[in-house]
Amino acid sequence: MPASSSDATVHRVSVHPRLQELRRVAIVPALNEEHTIGRVVDELRAFDPGLDVVVVDDGSLDGTSRAAAAKGARVLRLPFNLGIGGAVQTGFRFAFENGYDIAVRVDGDGQHDPAQLGRVLEPVLSGEADIAVGSRFTDETATGYTSSRSRRVGIRLLAGVVSRIVGQRVTDTTSGFQALNREGIALFARDYPHDYPEVEATVMVFRHRLRLREVPVEMRERGGGRSSITALRSIYYMVKVLLAIFVGLFRRNVVPQEGSR
Amino acid sequence: MTPLAVSIAGAVASFVLVLVVLELIRSRRLRERYALLWLVTGIALTVLSAWRDGLNTIAGWLGIRSYPPAVLFAVGLLFVLAVLLHYSTVISRLSDQNIVLAQRLALLEEQLLR
Repeated sequence: MPASSSDATVHRVSVHPRLQELRRVAIVPALNEEHTIGRVVDELRAFDPGLDVVVVDDGSLDGTSRAAAAKGARVLRLPFNLGIGGAVQTGFRFAFENGYDIAVRVDGDGQHDPAQLGRVLEPVLSGEADIAVGSRFTDETATGYTSSRSRRVGIRLLAGVVSRIVGQRVTDTTSGFQALNREGIALFARDYPHDYPEVEATVMVFRHRLRLREVPVEMRERGGGRSSITALRSIYYMVKVLLAIFVGLFRRNVVPQEGSR
Repeated sequence: MTPLAVSIAGAVASFVLVLVVLELIRSRRLRERYALLWLVTGIALTVLSAWRDGLNTIAGWLGIRSYPPAVLFAVGLLFVLAVLLHYSTVISRLSDQNIVLAQRLALLEEQLLR
């Protein structure tokens, strides 16, 4: 049975004194991650026993749901694959509807180390930002992350474009290692981009005048599964994302009105 | 001038399109909403095929001297493009709604099985 937040708050949380008073949830999108998801849930609990863990199973064909539920996570099981955007938004809707104050987003493949969540949470807990994003490419994180050259170039290029648009330096627009307060949760529950969401979402955050801070993190090698972005899809990714950003700038009604969908 | 055979064939084919669309609406296999563009296409092509002077005049405006029925192709193609574009918007809306349904289902199912 999933641990409820009420009995879990008995544990002492060392991360931040304010964290204990807040209802907090970890959103973990997962697609065919049965080998890593259990460890991710365990690590999240180890970081903060009072953290409710919600795994969004994006139509996995393996035992991802079972593995997550066995570890006491709540599992939102999508009937078919929606893609990362739709999956993550399911988690934000859950967080919004269940009145959570704080949400963190951690990938189910083990790429994000929950031990670094304290750093990611810091700007949100101190009220400095509505959304904090763990970045692999800030000046402080020179080391660590290894990926193909084309992918790095793509990430840099997108970061440059986004930085110009939003008027604030953003170094890692593709990171899904995030922490959000209630405002951030509400925005993403209402409207979240599909397919490859993080870049567009970053622009959206600024258009809604929410405050975003980047925090240096290191990411691990993927524990299992495959990246949702293969080499061949990179071009489609770039074109689609740039189109979405530039056309999105001309949208007057940034958020669709409630009920209009 | 448009050959008479072309006018007759064009008019008959376009009229058959109109009849087929009407029949599909009657038998509830096509919703009025999606039939409208097809009906307009059929009617426009029927009129242009049957009204030979009109076709020639329009061709003249467009600078088409050698073969006026080319206007029929152009108009037909334009409408087909419009129909396809309309379908793309319909598909986009359906897939958006589909996503919301899947999300709601996952949220409700979790509540139910908890």
